[in-house]
Amino acid sequence: MSGSPDSAVVLHDVTLAYDGHPAVHHLSGAFARGSLTAIVGPNGSGKSTLMKGMVGLLRPAGGRIRPAGLNGGIAYLPQHAEIERRFPISVNQTVMLGHWRRIGWARAATRELRGRAHRALAAVGLEGFERRPIDTLSAGQFQRVLFARLIVQDAELILLDEPLAAVDWRTSEDLLRLIVSWHRQGRTVAAVLHDLDQVRAYFPQTLLLARECVAWGPTREVLMPQNLRRARHMSEAWSGEAAHHRPGPGPRRAGFSACPNPLPASGESEGPA
Amino acid sequence: MTLYDLALGPFAEFGFMRRALVGCLALALGCGPIGTFLVIRRMSLMGDALSHAVLPGAALGFIFGGLSLPAMSLGGVGAGLTVALLSGLVTRLTPLREDASFAAFYLISLALGVLLVSTHGSNVDLLHLLFGSILAIDDATLILIGAIATLSLLSLAVLYRPLVVECFDPGFLRTVGGLGGLVHTVFLALVVVNLVAAFQALGTLMAVGLMMLPAAAARFWVRELWALSAVSSALALASGFLGLLLSYHLDLPSGPSIVLVAGLAYFASVLFGPRDSLRALYLSRQQPAA
Repeated sequence: MSGSPDSAVVLHDVTLAYDGHPAVHHLSGAFARGSLTAIVGPNGSGKSTLMKGMVGLLRPAGGRIRPAGLNGGIAYLPQHAEIERRFPISVNQTVMLGHWRRIGWARAATRELRGRAHRALAAVGLEGFERRPIDTLSAGQFQRVLFARLIVQDAELILLDEPLAAVDWRTSEDLLRLIVSWHRQGRTVAAVLHDLDQVRAYFPQTLLLARECVAWGPTREVLMPQNLRRARHMSEAWSGEAAHHRPGPGPRRAGFSACPNPLPASGESEGPA
Repeated sequence: MTLYDLALGPFAEFGFMRRALVGCLALALGCGPIGTFLVIRRMSLMGDALSHAVLPGAALGFIFGGLSLPAMSLGGVGAGLTVALLSGLVTRLTPLREDASFAAFYLISLALGVLLVSTHGSNVDLLHLLFGSILAIDDATLILIGAIATLSLLSLAVLYRPLVVECFDPGFLRTVGGLGGLVHTVFLALVVVNLVAAFQALGTLMAVGLMMLPAAAARFWVRELWALSAVSSALALASGFLGLLLSYHLDLPSGPSIVLVAGLAYFASVLFGPRDSLRALYLSRQQPAA
């Protein structure tokens, strides 16, 4: 019943609602410690909502989300960060914010912490940008700054919501390489992505979400044509429902097979596998 | 008429001018940084709304205590905080945007305030509340304004880091547990007490002028946050000084004179400031920066 110690986050029959509408239904599973998982699915399939639930910004309407004891908490990069891009703050200061849990309201930024911020900037390819105001950066450069802040946060669990949405090819290659390096360091990483080629190339695990779990497991098995077809089919169902919204959680689900659950089944498994 | 007569004489000669100037100095110290944060958080209209929200509270204080400093100040702070709280609540519970709910509450408070004063006092009282009387500042008021400036600067020193992050990236502050809601609330409270301080001098209609105009103007001169605050304070003080002189020599009402000088500073900054002003953007730059 309780998640194995090898799980970074365990989801027990989680239902998440966004703006009053259920967006993720009865999701069960676990992100193994040290796993690198891509979360894919059609628009409106609940990917961002799931991220918010895991970070703790959204309370589940049902079920439980249990992050294991994580060193350094969770580092989270939202899809549309509510960042004031014209704020008069420098690149270095932005990266230093990653130390928040260590410096808080009033503790000093020591030489060591500064050094870590400096190295993080070098790792994202922005050495020498320390003093630049952020409103002079391109979208790609700014995303690199946010990645440097993630590095500085030094969290065991890293959640990225469409981290590559607004960046050019070269930046996304660099950022993907960083993501893989976090994986090699043993951190648990989950990222919402759209480009299935990138997913196949870099992500060993995939969760295919269409409000419910369509498939969750090794990427090669999850991204099979029949799974993708089913996800698309399910998304067409709810875009049709959008006119008279609030889809009932119950009846439709029975038709689909439940998530191939990487956990030892948690009590109630739904529908035939 | 010598320069001394023009610029320093009035202050040397009259105690009420000196007190008014010291009042402006204290106001400028508090309002500079507060106004800077308001502008940066895109809350300028909210500052405006809160300044009008002070009126019905001050009017209630006036009804119960006459033109007494503690009664009107307490009433003003109470009303301002109530409006900040209520409009925050409406924003949280309904889809109405925060600026709209603030605008609604400020119109209501302004009307309520004017009604309260008109039914219980004279037109002179109403004018006093609406436009203030910086030339009639007494020692007690001066101490109040000074205390509020001190409190504001000390609070900002404590709050500075989380407040900056809450302005820059509130979502990040939430995920790292930085108490953004608390910071926001304390900041709104600081806005209210500073508006009450300014209200003593400039009245409810003009109080926000010394807060917003210098802060908006500073943006055309410097970039860094601390520099913005310092320039705002300096501009506010200069506006107070010149406005008082203007009102003395030309026999104009002092509150509007001060705010108009701040307005002139704003226009001058928009036109000629070194950063992003019309001159910097369209005239002197031959080749656009890469």
